[in-house]
Amino acid sequence: MARVRGFLAFWYDFIIGDDWRVAVAVVVGLAVTYALSRTAAPAWWVLPVAIGVFLPVSLWRATRPRGGSRTNR
Amino acid sequence: MVVAILGPAVTALPLRTLRLVVGGLLLIFGLQWLRKAILRASGYKALHDEGQIFRDELAAAEASASERRGMVEDWYGFTLSFKGVVLEGLEVVFIALTFGSNQHNIPLAALAAVTAIVVVALAGVLVRAPLSRVPENTMKFVVGVMLTAFGTFWGAEGAGAHWPGSDAAIPALVAAIAILALSTSALLRRNLRLETVSPS
Repeated sequence: MARVRGFLAFWYDFIIGDDWRVAVAVVVGLAVTYALSRTAAPAWWVLPVAIGVFLPVSLWRATRPRGGSRTNR
Repeated sequence: MVVAILGPAVTALPLRTLRLVVGGLLLIFGLQWLRKAILRASGYKALHDEGQIFRDELAAAEASASERRGMVEDWYGFTLSFKGVVLEGLEVVFIALTFGSNQHNIPLAALAAVTAIVVVALAGVLVRAPLSRVPENTMKFVVGVMLTAFGTFWGAEGAGAHWPGSDAAIPALVAAIAILALSTSALLRRNLRLETVSPS
């Protein structure tokens, strides 16, 4: 059981890392891209915009002084 | 053996699904990597002392008791090498299979992968000294930008988007993500300086 938990923890850390919101933003971005691609509208811009918004937001959350969420590992 | 097993399975998958999954994973992984590199470059996260880490790991490996298990003379050394080879090897396998299935030519992709291993090994031996002087975070910053750009490109294509200019969009994506990462890093560095000067 401990080995299974360790295996899952390794993959969680490997893929999700420090901020799970980044992974969620990517999945939502891909879903919106897919939905837009089914219409006549261009869909290529969704992921670049999502990165331009969510990367700075994730960094802002990690560096804001309050809440002790700043890391220095 | 892994290529032989996975090769036919991967080529049986629809290309769009493969691009969506591989691109999505690359993008998530690249963004996490880039996020850490930006935090280190801006001073919010401590830089790694790679030399010290290597010396510590080497000392731990040398100090560990040599244990024989079955046909394996040194179990610690075997485990260490096996984990490294499997992790890096699987990355090569997936990249080769993705490119190979994209071009419908797995043998050519496998040959290219073997050639790349030989060239990289030779380059590693020849330019080991200057390479070891490249700061770890600079290298991670560049890798994070590349992973994010390729992940964005493949992920969006897999989800059904069509890039303006097709493959020519990749260098534009690399440049845009590098500019975003560098400017964010500069902004955070400035913030940290201001916080240090006038702590609230």
